[in-house]
Amino acid sequence: MLLAYTSSELTSIFTMQGFAGLSLFSVLLLMALGLAIIFGQMGVINMAHGEFMAAGAYTVYLCSTLTTRFAPSFQSYYFLIAIVTAFVVAASLGLLVEWGLIRFLYKRPLDTLLATWGLSLIMQQAFRSTFGAREVTPTLPDWLMGSFKPTESIDIPINGVFVMGLTLFITALVLFFTFKTRAGLRMRATVQNRVMSSAVGINTKLVDRLTFAIGCGIAGVAGAAFTTIGSTGPDSGSRYIVDTFLVVVFGGTASLLGTMASAFGIAQTQSISEFFLQGTMGKVATLLAIVIILMIRPQGLFASKVRRA
Amino acid sequence: MKTLKITTRILLTFLCTGLISTQQIVGSDFPTAKINTTGLAVTDTEVTVGQLHSASGTMAISETGSIQAEQLAIEQINAMGGILGRKIKIIVEDGQSDWPTFAEKAKKLLVNDKVAAVFGCWTSASRKAVLPVFEKENGMLYYPTFYEGLEQSKNVIYTGQEATQQIIAGLDWIAKEKKAKTFYLIGSDYIWPRTSNKIARKHIENMLKGTVVGEEYYALGSTSFGSLINKIKLKKPDVIYAIIVGGSNVAFYKQLKAAGITSAKQTLLTISTTEDEVLGIGGENLVGFYSAMKYFQSLTNENNTKFVAAFKAKYGKNAVIGDVTQAAYLGPWLWKATVEKAGSFDIDKVAAASPGIELTTAPEGYVKLHDNHHLWSKLRIGKWRTDGQADVLYESALIEPDPFPKGYQ
Repeated sequence: MLLAYTSSELTSIFTMQGFAGLSLFSVLLLMALGLAIIFGQMGVINMAHGEFMAAGAYTVYLCSTLTTRFAPSFQSYYFLIAIVTAFVVAASLGLLVEWGLIRFLYKRPLDTLLATWGLSLIMQQAFRSTFGAREVTPTLPDWLMGSFKPTESIDIPINGVFVMGLTLFITALVLFFTFKTRAGLRMRATVQNRVMSSAVGINTKLVDRLTFAIGCGIAGVAGAAFTTIGSTGPDSGSRYIVDTFLVVVFGGTASLLGTMASAFGIAQTQSISEFFLQGTMGKVATLLAIVIILMIRPQGLFASKVRRA
Repeated sequence: MKTLKITTRILLTFLCTGLISTQQIVGSDFPTAKINTTGLAVTDTEVTVGQLHSASGTMAISETGSIQAEQLAIEQINAMGGILGRKIKIIVEDGQSDWPTFAEKAKKLLVNDKVAAVFGCWTSASRKAVLPVFEKENGMLYYPTFYEGLEQSKNVIYTGQEATQQIIAGLDWIAKEKKAKTFYLIGSDYIWPRTSNKIARKHIENMLKGTVVGEEYYALGSTSFGSLINKIKLKKPDVIYAIIVGGSNVAFYKQLKAAGITSAKQTLLTISTTEDEVLGIGGENLVGFYSAMKYFQSLTNENNTKFVAAFKAKYGKNAVIGDVTQAAYLGPWLWKATVEKAGSFDIDKVAAASPGIELTTAPEGYVKLHDNHHLWSKLRIGKWRTDGQADVLYESALIEPDPFPKGYQ
């Protein structure tokens, strides 16, 4: 199919195609980061992860509506503040959920699955009752729309660049937090040996609560970022959750590096196979590849080096 | 002279009131035993109907309008005295965008509630799921959505357009106006887009002597179209022919715009995007693109002005009306006209009386039911504006419904 085109056409298509792959990679990574933290560090399978993303997206929608109504001149800047708000809202929700639900279930990991799934249904219904069944989209500032043109035939979507930048920023922040701060050290200690950490004076309950809140907060940021790409409905979350789990499981749980590698692999496979095959078949090819690799390596790409107590 | 005029007027008024009062239908004129011989939920004062749409799930974005329109029509019919002197009572069920749920709820409505008619379904998948139930339990379904055709049932009245009505005239128009020769067909991955694109492909290749340079399907709810957009850029089709439904719509048009594909450079014709979807997508993201539909909210005829005003009075001034919403509004009115013609609520009699039923009060203009239970209707082309409404550029003559088109299968 490619023979009929000139080399300059091909160069621009491959540049854009490479970008499409990277863009999908950052979307997948942003989705999976929060889940990987919660799943990896705490062993809690958060089925309501998608709903925390939707909460973030709805926060942006609310901010957008309020801005349009009360401060139209603020329209071009509100989005950055909305992202921070989305983090705060989702993280506070996370705190609340950890305090009211999750902390009673740490010794029963399978029950967290059921409890968080129930929570996801409750949250979906809450969105539906509050915002209605229709999907909504916030008004985006003009600088986020349109494309950046390095040459005449190449268009790089600005919203893609934005999501990519945001993903890099959040990932860097998470890595910095986990490996370079006291709080991160306490978190890693708790994961490795909860009893010992407790004995040396780490408040493990507080660590759990913070970890869960941070994971949910990142989900909120992911949801906020996705408003630039798609729309938000009460069940948007359940659409995201499958891809998210795919990334985390494929990468090997309890490994941030694995999550990144897995997001990259899945995104590139999907984007390339979509280009050469077509939409649905591309997805089929990707899933097949994942199934085969997981059959050979059931523990995922990067196995956890943590010894479980 | 003047007094004479006034007297005549008064006389006329009396005469008219007299006429109306003799025509006023009273329930007792139609004994229940006579108009309901099969045990439907019809009493001396009330007739029960069912409403079966998705109020939740991915299709809720589209189906909400149909739910509202049907309820508005029924409310208006009740305000006029109901059907054969009986007020309509609605039992609402939620299909939850899940096809087995649709079948289960249809069975509940027909078997437990014994409803006289059901207004509902939206996707073809949901209609295919309930069809065996309606045929087995002998129910009556008024189905509002434009769909792929290839179906005809005694138990279904199709108030939307079948594929040839919507596709062929639209393609003819775009080929003539834009001198289009190459087409890129895109759809969500299920029966309606696939069958419609099959018809479109046959028409493009055989009748318009054009070429289809690509045909692709993406899973329902899919939000990443980057690779597709790159292929479109590579193949530079004259027309993108898009049949994308539900939440994917927003992602698709936003990403097209972000990738610099706007109406200034590219012609896009869709048969799946109505005012309902545009509300979610945002008019600024598809301004200048075309939709082929039988109805647009911006139609200026008198019926439509009244309909839009009544709809907004009930559902708020920001409510929008799409093609399917209008088709859903026709359902209860067609049923009323048919029951009155048949003089009975019995399903068999209603089905038999359906061909030839006309409505002159439809917002889309005059419509008539064909022997094949589909409507004769016009096709219109609308060009989207930033405010989410469309300018109607073209209107065809009444098109005969042909659910089994020869040479297109």
